[in-house]
Amino acid sequence: MAEPLLRVRGLTKRFGGLTATSAVDLDVLEGETHALIGPNGAGKTTLINQLGGDLRPDGGAVRFAGADVTQLGAPGRSLRGLARSFQITSVFRDFTALDNVALAVQAHAGHSFRFWRAARRDPALLGPARATLEAVALGDRAGVLAGTLAHGEQRQLEIAMVLATRPRMLLLDEPMAGMGADESQRMIRFLGSLKGRLTILLVEHDMDAVFALADRISVMVYGRVIATGSPAEIREHPEVRQAYLGEDTGA
Amino acid sequence: MSGARRAITLAAGLAGLAAVPLLAAALNQPFYVDLFRRILIFAIAAVSLDLILGYGGMVSFGHAVYLGVGGYAVGVLAHHGVDNGFAQWGLAVGASAAVALVIGTVAIRTSGVYFIMITLAFAQMLYYLGISIEEYGGDDGMRLLARSQFPGLVDLKNPTVFYYLVLGILALFLLAGHRILEARFGMVIRAARSNEARARAVGFAPYRYKLAAFVIAGAMCGLAGALLVNQTEYLTPDFMHWTRSGEIMFMVILGGMGTLVGPVLGAVVLLLLEDVLSGWTAHWQIILGPFLVLVVLFARRGLIGLLGWESQRG
Repeated sequence: MAEPLLRVRGLTKRFGGLTATSAVDLDVLEGETHALIGPNGAGKTTLINQLGGDLRPDGGAVRFAGADVTQLGAPGRSLRGLARSFQITSVFRDFTALDNVALAVQAHAGHSFRFWRAARRDPALLGPARATLEAVALGDRAGVLAGTLAHGEQRQLEIAMVLATRPRMLLLDEPMAGMGADESQRMIRFLGSLKGRLTILLVEHDMDAVFALADRISVMVYGRVIATGSPAEIREHPEVRQAYLGEDTGA
Repeated sequence: MSGARRAITLAAGLAGLAAVPLLAAALNQPFYVDLFRRILIFAIAAVSLDLILGYGGMVSFGHAVYLGVGGYAVGVLAHHGVDNGFAQWGLAVGASAAVALVIGTVAIRTSGVYFIMITLAFAQMLYYLGISIEEYGGDDGMRLLARSQFPGLVDLKNPTVFYYLVLGILALFLLAGHRILEARFGMVIRAARSNEARARAVGFAPYRYKLAAFVIAGAMCGLAGALLVNQTEYLTPDFMHWTRSGEIMFMVILGGMGTLVGPVLGAVVLLLLEDVLSGWTAHWQIILGPFLVLVVLFARRGLIGLLGWESQRG
């Protein structure tokens, strides 16, 4: 069997006495949408931060696309095609929506030690940036300052920035957080449209979204991955039902 | 303010500055050429600081150190008999860039108050180094025997020629700064100031871009130092005293951070006020202080903001 696109082995992170990530093993296969669920405080975001390169693990290894990326920082991982969104919306608030996406394009268009030509009139950046904004249905908001966009639009914009880096794999940390029901439905449909084209690791609390999108699901509790399987398997998994879905199977 | 109005305002401002020597001659007040030349030299320093402070979010509290390095480069070479301006100013720019590279390499790994403290500490270190070198006058400083020589090109002994040279350098730096900030390079440092985590997540490694901007700003200010020692014809460690760094920062904030012309306006207003008020009373700082406080409190975008000039988005 070919190596999975993302392979995590024994990943461990401690904050003082708290072990936030405890010897986590996780495989994400090329092309699958893999959901990561678990109660609050289970360590999902801490895990995502280590996968994205924002946080150094205390132990273990992360392999992406056949290479060890454990020591690589966030920019290096982005350049290799591992792109992330943040749980709390993270955009360049005082730049326009178009600028935001153009910056993501620029980051992947070679070095930026270019001192003379105006970046905002560079078709090599604007073309892909506009196309990506259109793809997330923000085309008519291109000239609006990102900080003044509605919350749902900012989440869409962040997805556009992630896509503009032309990644192989997305790390999405609760992309539907704080969205209304309609916006969530649209986002679920949009993420569904990416299925198969991109590998996705999705942290999400909305179980409807998880069961609608995921090919496989991993469950985290107290810093450990306690189960991985198909949605049907996870639904029936006794430990999962007890630990996460809050059901007392013994009753 | 629209682009056209901004261009007109900027052109009017530059034309006003270009007219200073003519007005001074008409009024028979040659002193004003001297005063405004000093103002423009500080405007260059303030513009260079704004590149990293206003656009890069790097609160360098030791920016006057490059005035000192630039000044000493000219003064020391002159002291040892090298009066060629290209050599002197070249060394001023090169040495300032090198010092900025050392300071930036350390400081840019940190942020917030640590960044401020590290830049201040380096500046104080060089200030005390200046004080301790007796050969170059130590605490008292030393006279610059002759202004930098550019044989056949410009004669800095001519106050008007020297004035237009300074104005030309300022205009060139404004243009270059504008291009750099709108180019891909500038977009990176502005994005990193806006949201560093996001910048890293999309694939930028901001450190080397910020360091390059820090070095460019240091080199520009080093040239201002070379101009300043030619202006004063006297070299002293006071060039790089921390209060001088504070003064330059104040010009930036007073005029309007994150706009290139703001610091020029800030330098003009601050130094003119200082000149007028100190002619009036010995306690001029009692008047200047509250004025500065009021501007900071009520004109968040600086004096240039009051004119309706918005800081560039991002």
